[in-house]
Parts: sequence; C-alpha cells; structure tokens
Amino acid sequence: MSRLWSFLLALAVGAWHPAAWAADAAKPESALNITAIAMFFVFVAVTLGITYWAASHTKTTKDFYAAGGGITGFQNGLAIAGDYMSAASFLGISAMVFAKGYDGLIYSIGFLVGWPVILFLMAEQLRNLGRYTFADIVSFRLSRVPIRTLSAMGTLFTVILYLIAQMVGAGQLIRTLFGLPYEYAVVTVGALMILYVAFGGMIATTWVQIIKAVLLLTGATFIALSALNHTHFDLELFFRTALESIKSSSLADHKKAVADSRDIFAPGGLVSDPVSAISLGLALMFGTAGLPHILMRFFTVPNAKEARKSVFYATGFIGYFYILTFIIGFGAVMMVAPNPQYMDAAKGTLMGGNNMAAIHLAHAAGGDLFLGFISAVAFATILAVVSGLTLAGASAVSHDLFANAMRGGKVDERTEMRVSKFSALAIGVIAIYLGIQFEKQNVAFMVGLAFAIAASANFPILFLSIHWKNLTTRGALIGGTLGLVTTVVMVVLSKTVWVDVLGNKTALFPYKDPAIFSMTLAFLGCWIFSKLDNSPQAAAERALFEAQEIRCESGIGAAGASQH
Amino acid sequence: MNNDPVDAKLVQRIKANPKYQELVAKRSGFAWFLSMIMLIIYYAFILVVAFIPKSLGEKIAPDSVISIGIPIGVLIIIAAFILTGIYVYRANSTFDELTRQIKEETK
Repeated sequence: MSRLWSFLLALAVGAWHPAAWAADAAKPESALNITAIAMFFVFVAVTLGITYWAASHTKTTKDFYAAGGGITGFQNGLAIAGDYMSAASFLGISAMVFAKGYDGLIYSIGFLVGWPVILFLMAEQLRNLGRYTFADIVSFRLSRVPIRTLSAMGTLFTVILYLIAQMVGAGQLIRTLFGLPYEYAVVTVGALMILYVAFGGMIATTWVQIIKAVLLLTGATFIALSALNHTHFDLELFFRTALESIKSSSLADHKKAVADSRDIFAPGGLVSDPVSAISLGLALMFGTAGLPHILMRFFTVPNAKEARKSVFYATGFIGYFYILTFIIGFGAVMMVAPNPQYMDAAKGTLMGGNNMAAIHLAHAAGGDLFLGFISAVAFATILAVVSGLTLAGASAVSHDLFANAMRGGKVDERTEMRVSKFSALAIGVIAIYLGIQFEKQNVAFMVGLAFAIAASANFPILFLSIHWKNLTTRGALIGGTLGLVTTVVMVVLSKTVWVDVLGNKTALFPYKDPAIFSMTLAFLGCWIFSKLDNSPQAAAERALFEAQEIRCESGIGAAGASQH
Repeated sequence: MNNDPVDAKLVQRIKANPKYQELVAKRSGFAWFLSMIMLIIYYAFILVVAFIPKSLGEKIAPDSVISIGIPIGVLIIIAAFILTGIYVYRANSTFDELTRQIKEETK
C-alpha cells in the first residue's frame, strides 16, 4: 500500500510541477485555477481516505464486486444517478441545449425513459437472480462457458468504448479548466480510478459515486437557480431573454438559427428522419438497460425491495438533473452567448469548445469561486464514472472469463480477487493508453456506439433469459453475436466513423444510429435459433426456467447481504 | 456457484400455491401495463418529433415565446418518475405481502 501512496505523491508532484503549466500559463483563466485545484485536492483526499477505509472492509469477492450487498436503496439510487450522470451528460446535454435549443431535451428524455422500464421488467429480477455481473443471470439456465464469454465480450466492448470517450473528454476538459497538459490529465484520472477500484472495490466506487452525485446535483442546482434568478424566476422573461440573446451571439449555431429563423424552442434538425428518430430512441432507452456498470449496481443492495427503491430514487435524481441541464443550457444562451469574454468569435464556438457552456455559465453567474467549484465537480464526475466502468470491466474479466469460463467456477476467493485487481490495473492502463492515442480523434460516436452495443447485444440476451422460457444457449449466442457484430459494422460504415473519422467521401450505411436494425436482428436471431434448437441441452435449459422464475418472483434462494 | 439447483420439491410446492400464481399474474400484468404506458408516451413523443416537429413549436399562449414542447418534455420526465413511484408503492404493499405469505406457507 505505501508504495502506491508514494507513487501517487510522485504523480501529483509531477502533475502540478510548474513546467507542466508553462503551455497554458498565459491563459486568462489561470488566476482562477487555485480554487478549482484546492477543491479538487479536497475531493481526491476525501475519496482516497474512503478508499483506504473501504480497502480494510473488502475481504471477500462479495465485498469487492457488490459492496457486501449492504448498500441501501436510497444510497444505491444516488450511486446509480452518479454512474449515469456523466460529465458527458452534464456538459454535453447542457451544451446541446445551448447550441441547438429544444433538441437537447429530446436526448434527455430518451436517456431517462429507460429507467421506469428497467424497474418494471428487470430490477428485481436482476437482484434475485444475479450476484456480481449480469452474466450470472444469463448463465442461470444457459451453458456457462459460451454465455459468460459472450457477456464478457459485450461488457468489455461497452466499457472500453465508454472509457475512451470519458478519458478523451477528461483530458480535454482538464486541459481547459486547469491548464494541465492533456497527457498528465489522462494519467491522473487513470491512476486515481485504478486506486479506487483495485483497493476499494465496489465499496469505494459506490461512495465515490454518492459524493459525486451530491456535488453534481448541488452544483447544477445552484447554476440553474442563478440563471433563473437573473430574470427573477419569471419563466416567460427567461425564455424571451434567451431568444433575444441569440441575435447578438457569435456562436455559429446561433447565427445559423437566426439566419434560418428557426425556432430554438421546437425540434430542429438534430433528429431528421423517422428511422433515425426511432433508432435513437431505441438505443437510448434500451442501451441503459444493457450498460454493465449500471446493471452491476443492482447487486449491491440486500434484496429486491431495496433494488426497486433504488430505481425510484435514481429516476427522480436523474430526471431532476435533466430538467436542470435544460435550464442551464438556456441560461447559458441568455448569460454566456452575448458576452464576448466567453466567445471564440473567430471559430464561432465558445472559449474552450461548446461543451463549456455550463462551466462559463457558472462563472457568469457566480464568479471565480463558483467556477472553481464547478470545475472540480466536473473532474470528480469524470473520476466517478470511469471508476464504475473500470470495476464493471474488471469483474467481467475476473468473474466471468477467469473464474467461470476458464476455471469452471472452482476458484478460491483470494485468487479471484487478485485477478480482478490486476484486471482493474490492466483496464486502467489500456484506458490511459487509448485515451492518449485518441486525443486528436473525434470520439463523439463512442458513447453512442457503447449504448447501441448495450442495447443490441447485452440487453436482448439478458431480457430474454429472464422473461422467455424458450431461450437456449445456441439462440442467445447467435442472437447476441449478431447484435454485437451488426452494431459495430453499421456504425463503422455510417457517417460518424466512415466519413468523420476515416475521411471517406460518402457513408456506406445511411443512418447514424443502428439500433433499430441491430436490436431487431439480435432479437430475431435469439428467437429463431432458440426455436430451432431441439438438442437435449436446450430441453434441459427450458426445464430450468420454472426454478428460475420462482427465484425471480419470490427471491427464495437469492443471495442476501453478507454479515459483517 | 450461482446455479445452486433450487430444490425440485420446493419448486413444485411453490408452484402449486395459488398465492404464487396470483403474485406472478398480478405483478407481471402490472409491470407490463406500466411499461406499455411509458413506451406509448415516449414513442408518441418520438413520432411527433420525427413526423410533425413543428407542432411542438406551437406557443402556450398567443403572447408567449414558450413552446408547448417545453412543458410536454418536462411532463414526460415527471411522468417517468411518477410511474416508478406507482410501481414501488404497489410492490411494497401488495406484492411484498404476497411474497411474505408464500414464503411463510412453504417453510
């Protein structure tokens, strides 16, 4: 342990060494960084303290993967919200509202409406059937080795893509906010997340999420209230002022909206054709139900009752948060766009990119101190989300691939824990490496792709294994693989990758979101090949459904909380 | 591991309990009913966005700049929260009570 502390100290000293700052020393914001850095250090100190405490309470695999199953519904609701409200959604959605207006709300709604469906059809079942990963549920009836392998692949694809997007976003954000060079930022984030996960496991990760969720909700509430206070809480005046402000804005999107006399309070061009709209809707709604780091959270509560309560609280927090981002977006239109101080008029963007809308609004509304606070919150947000992802990835490697697929479930706890810690380290190093490699790439598509894979590979097999008696190993394998492969191929051939990343002239696949096709294919694949499966193994798997359903409904035989 | 075989006799006993049948029917019926409500609300919204986006730009009052799309969007978010609340309320009372009785009777 002490070696790691000295490593971290060396890293911190290195990161904050004056030479590292030289590149951005002349930035106008550099004077305000002190608050941000101080608050960030407080956050890091507190979370490392928690990690140290959590490490002494992490004795079994159940502690490591599921925090001993002792998290309450309310705590888990906050932690789920913490996992879900990434910096991408805080900065990205408020920026989308800022630049495009109403379209931002369409995304928010899509991100939220998956939650009730998860509650009604999955949350309690997950809790009653699973232990550490969602593969536990699918392999309740189906053949262990192939199903664990497929689920682990789905998990790792989702996790790595999501991680790269978060890492690149983190590097760019921290460079802008703190003036810290990109590589240092990525390494700092990576090192901290490895520490949280490898030493503190799910206990530390959960508390990091909870603290971050409280900070983010508090910060966003203050920004939104300050923006509303600007028009003395008169909503009519609020939107009217925003509408006036875009006329004097130098933002390219605003100029275009004025030139086209487009209504920023109505759906714009972001969701253009019906196929894309429905496809996006599917990916947002069902992607949530297939995100491994979110699914894992359901195993941290002691029983089905707490599982359902956690979704209720999470939905409330997340919904409230999205309403705030909507206010923040238009608040930025009103208070940031007309102020040349925040605009890069030459590029037609905000200083530091359009994703800075919420950050600049914090400054416009609350000055340097508040900017520092929000910057630190944004950093904390990234750290929390990447930790959750790393833990989910590490669990897929150690619990699904190593302990179950390779060793047939016959591994002692210490070995499995050691493997998961090394997996966390390996995933962290890979994320740091890829984060640096992708610095100059357009990674915006990666979160979308992660959601599409979650919706088309993880969700169908998980959902069918819970609700459909006839699902067999063969059907799940073919359907899940079809979903995974078609999603990746369609995204690579679509405009977002084929044209925007690879530089080709025209896209080979016309739609941005593949979910409507890939999800349908996955479900069809599962259905047809399960129906055609008449093997004795399939019969045995169908026969097990009854026992599964009873545990699912009643919780009899489900794993409870461990006693400490 | 996870696949501890659930005792076959226990399975039959629970399955034969009419309260278990009642629980499964009530819960899954209610869960699917609420899911359908959410799906209908959401996809109705998405289809309006896809086919008649202008309609969401109508103003809430002749002298207002606020479009009806804004309260509709906020209401969908609130509806999602309320639906989860309804489910949790009913599950905490009715379904949990049934489950408790089933467990009691199969001991």
